[in-house]
Amino acid sequence: MVDLAEAPARHFHVKVPPGLLLAVAVLAFVLLAAFVPALLTGHDPITGVPAERLHGPSLHHLFGTDETGRDVYARVIHGASLSLRATAIAVLVALLAGSALGLLAGFRGGWADTAIMRVVDVFLAIPPILLSLALVTALGFGTTNVAIAVGIANLASFARVMRAEVLRVRNGVFVEAARASGVRWSGVLLRHVLPNAAGPVLALATLTLGTAVLEVSALSFLGFGATPPTPEWGSLVAGGRSFLATAWWMTTFPGLTVAAVVLAANRLSRALDGGDR
Amino acid sequence: MTLLRITDLAVSYQAVPAVRDVGFDVGEGEVVAVVGESGSGKSTTAHAAIGLLPRGGRVDGGAITFDGRDLLRLSDKQWRGVRGREIALVPQDPAVSLNPVHRIGDQVAEVLRIHGLAERRTASLQAIELLERAGVPSPELRARQYPHQLSGGLRQRVLIAAALAGRPKLIIADEPTSALDVTVQRRILDHLTSLAADSGTAILLITHDLGVAADRASRIVVLSQGSVVEEGSSVVSAPTHPYTRQLLAAAPSMSSALRPAAPPAEPLVSVRDLAKTFDGGIRAVDGVSFDIPRGQTLALVGESGSGKSTTARMVLRLETPSAGTVEFDGRDITALPGGDLRRLRRRMQIVYQNPYASLNPKFSIEDVVAEPLRAFGVPDRRARVSELLEQVALPSSVARRKPAELSGGQRQRVAIARALALKPDLVVCDEPVSALDVSVQAQILRLLADLQSSMGLSYLFISHDLAVVRQLADHVGVMREGTLVELGPAAQVLAEPESEYTKELLAAIPGSRMRNGLSTTGR
Repeated sequence: MVDLAEAPARHFHVKVPPGLLLAVAVLAFVLLAAFVPALLTGHDPITGVPAERLHGPSLHHLFGTDETGRDVYARVIHGASLSLRATAIAVLVALLAGSALGLLAGFRGGWADTAIMRVVDVFLAIPPILLSLALVTALGFGTTNVAIAVGIANLASFARVMRAEVLRVRNGVFVEAARASGVRWSGVLLRHVLPNAAGPVLALATLTLGTAVLEVSALSFLGFGATPPTPEWGSLVAGGRSFLATAWWMTTFPGLTVAAVVLAANRLSRALDGGDR
Repeated sequence: MTLLRITDLAVSYQAVPAVRDVGFDVGEGEVVAVVGESGSGKSTTAHAAIGLLPRGGRVDGGAITFDGRDLLRLSDKQWRGVRGREIALVPQDPAVSLNPVHRIGDQVAEVLRIHGLAERRTASLQAIELLERAGVPSPELRARQYPHQLSGGLRQRVLIAAALAGRPKLIIADEPTSALDVTVQRRILDHLTSLAADSGTAILLITHDLGVAADRASRIVVLSQGSVVEEGSSVVSAPTHPYTRQLLAAAPSMSSALRPAAPPAEPLVSVRDLAKTFDGGIRAVDGVSFDIPRGQTLALVGESGSGKSTTARMVLRLETPSAGTVEFDGRDITALPGGDLRRLRRRMQIVYQNPYASLNPKFSIEDVVAEPLRAFGVPDRRARVSELLEQVALPSSVARRKPAELSGGQRQRVAIARALALKPDLVVCDEPVSALDVSVQAQILRLLADLQSSMGLSYLFISHDLAVVRQLADHVGVMREGTLVELGPAAQVLAEPESEYTKELLAAIPGSRMRNGLSTTGR
């Protein structure tokens, strides 16, 4: 007898992998922190208690305190909203601008394709962090500018993926059928090509979420982000640098937070991409 | 003597039964055909017999014995000694069944080496011999080529050579020619059956085409919904089961009645000296001229690569002609600019060959049918959609569903409803039934004929199948290598063809034994 009964049986009782559960929990916690930080900490992130400066991690101060006695945990929690907002803007910029370019290149073809894709190739040739550094210098400081710079630096891969998908879908019979029944080219593009090409691009967006967190934090670490008392993950790491020898917790905990969010976003995008095996 | 015996076979895919109580024998040197529509379980039965059920497939009961051995008890290792050596498979699709990175000579020689029938050195020589026997011209040259350098017919011959290599006792041929043109199909089947007869090899021929089965097999097993409905040598000449009779009646045949001669009508479309040259100087269409009379059907027939689809696409201006003119309703549309062309689309529509690819998978059926209405801003789209669905005999409940939830025939009805939405004058049907089962084919052809008479439509009907064309055509044009070799009223072209090529095409249509059988029993 050909006995393959076990394989499908296993298939029907899919357990959510614990790693994925952890990733979702981390992201949910960070989102909560971004929207209602007061729920997660009672300490003030801006004004410290001078008597408690540079205290190590304890039950009272989970991540310790900094050089002016501010609670590092509270600053990480309150920093989430700014860091996440920047990340979201960055991914949106990359997604919208990159997809639009890819859509245009793939759909119009010809010289528009050549022109757009050569520019995209140039973008791909420059490391994104270097490119966003140059852009933010031109745009000026501030969290929003950092986000836009990171977004632009990442749009090239969106353009590439979108173009490839559009080329695949564009040659589909149903697209020609739409054209043959008299649908305007804008209708063909928006109603027939785009919905069928969007899947892989959205998967790429979740993947970029992780990279964007890292790049936004890197730029704010370098001092391009929010002005000092306002907490932001990258600037928190930067702020603790001069105390690295005496107060390790000031850099370590914000750094670990960034790492956890990046890993969680990666794990989630892998699951969304169907790559769970 | 019985070679292969299948008894009470039951196979299921993830607990969904696909085959139930199927049983039949194949004798030594005998040709047995298993006939059925898609989903009838014919391929599943064949794959069970060679131990190659796809993942999730499971034999639930019954027995398959081959040469006195129980095949269902073989280990993987034992199977490797049987496959290719005692039972060989000629797969369905020659385009994907050969390894694209190996030379074809090596792929045939591999079978010999695996079964220890030849040394490394002699294997390549024997492979050339096998290719020659399978009817591959200049086999020394071909053996050094790669699959992409061969036509579909030649690839199928290579697969036959590989199947013959192990000198098997049984060849299972799973739709071996359904992807090929009729003239090629006939040559390949002639060759396969004569080779098998010479070496005493039995053939289990899996096919959807009763004509092919009737021509080639001494016995026919008819499967429907996973069970045998009828079996024997007189299935075609004296069918006893209603399903078989229905299949026979649905099969497009050369004995079905032609349309009465069409009265002269002024042309809706006039094509003059149309030509299309693709990049690289390939002339796909070369100097084609014809008229499509108002309210009538012109069928363009030809094998793959004959330029018939390109011609149709130029008539619709989906392709721009390199030379010649297309007139629609007295107006030259050969160089019509985009905006005017879009408005003209109201009056000419197309139904594609593949209903699985021609509907947007993200749309509901209602949206698919409403799309042309939407494009031209027609009000009351909902009411019009349900009216259209009714016209193509689909229940209104399909409106909310997605294309993936419908069968092939239902989807083609949706495509027809979409084409009719704007009440066009001309509908181009590009192989509208060749992806469908015969019984569904007959329904769709009847629907097209009814719609034509009720709406006064003109059809440009593209097909490779002269038998299909017969039921719908008023005029027939036969195309070959980009030119029109014959054009005339259907009765004349199909009954008294002038060109040699048309005669060859007519002769290649499978089912000659079926036609003769039917005509003798009919009189």
